[in-house]
Amino acid sequence: MKLKQLESLLGDLQQFENPKVELEQYPTGPHIASRMLYTAENSFGDVSNKVVADFGCGCGTLGVAAALLGAEHVVGLDIDSQSLDIASQNAEDLELDINFVQCDIRNLGWRGQVVDTVVMNPPFGTRKKGADMDFLSVALKIASQAVYSLHKTTTRDHVKRAALRDFNASSAEVLCELRYDVRQLYKFHKKKEVDIAVDLWRFVPQKGQGKGI
Amino acid sequence: MRLLTHNMLSSNIKGVTNGFPLRLEIEKAVEKQVDFNVDFLKNMFVKIEWKALVDASRAMGYVDLPDQTEPSMLDSDEFLKKFHHALLELHLEEGALICPETDRRFPVNKGIPNMLLHEDEV
Repeated sequence: MKLKQLESLLGDLQQFENPKVELEQYPTGPHIASRMLYTAENSFGDVSNKVVADFGCGCGTLGVAAALLGAEHVVGLDIDSQSLDIASQNAEDLELDINFVQCDIRNLGWRGQVVDTVVMNPPFGTRKKGADMDFLSVALKIASQAVYSLHKTTTRDHVKRAALRDFNASSAEVLCELRYDVRQLYKFHKKKEVDIAVDLWRFVPQKGQGKGI
Repeated sequence: MRLLTHNMLSSNIKGVTNGFPLRLEIEKAVEKQVDFNVDFLKNMFVKIEWKALVDASRAMGYVDLPDQTEPSMLDSDEFLKKFHHALLELHLEEGALICPETDRRFPVNKGIPNMLLHEDEV
């Protein structure tokens, strides 16, 4: 599938009706999501024929993108049941067979070794400090091949240090810098549209890591 | 929910030492056909907890998986087709997943298990 085609399919997905500020529910735009998964597939072979988990899947954009690019099994995990309803509707509309699990990533019970790749657009931790690092820590415990994630560019050094030192990643690489346009979703947003610089990261877990939690 | 997902999920309630595998309580099961992918199955075979898959598939009413396996079975298309069916095509749609240690019920609605823990379980 071409990048343009992927982006256009993702652009048609339903997004949050009433986003919840405490969960930092910002939709992953089709531009970013398509590039993230397209890169994972075409530069690294981390998607097609793989088991892919989408952490904090929200309305399922990244998981849908993975399924469209040929992932054999996709699981979307989110704490919010309304998001999961929209996500499963999105999957159904595209006739994709995606599994969803309602859970809190921070106290997830998961047997390791089976998931190849985790993709995620974690809460950036602006509301709940450290939320993005919690997600990353868990992702590196269950992925056997790679973790793709978005983090604010301003946190680049911190993310790298945490991944390599605290979470035992064997590599942590910024693949590109993207602009995340956060539309005025919430009342506290003063400007109509705000561009946030985010990094697209690829983390590789240590061999033998990914044993689960 | 496919049984492949079931093969990864475990109960993470505070104090539980082995929350895997979760037992299945089935109100409604469905089957959805998916393409047969030999390479994927071979790759999965070494990662799957076989007994958990066999027990889960039997609970779903599918009894064709053997108790014992050996690597040579991967050369048999007949075996791979059964494995494929159990792993990817059987879905728990309505029911529950039960913690093997505490019998706590995690409900499954519209194929989505709710694994959220209560405050006193974290």
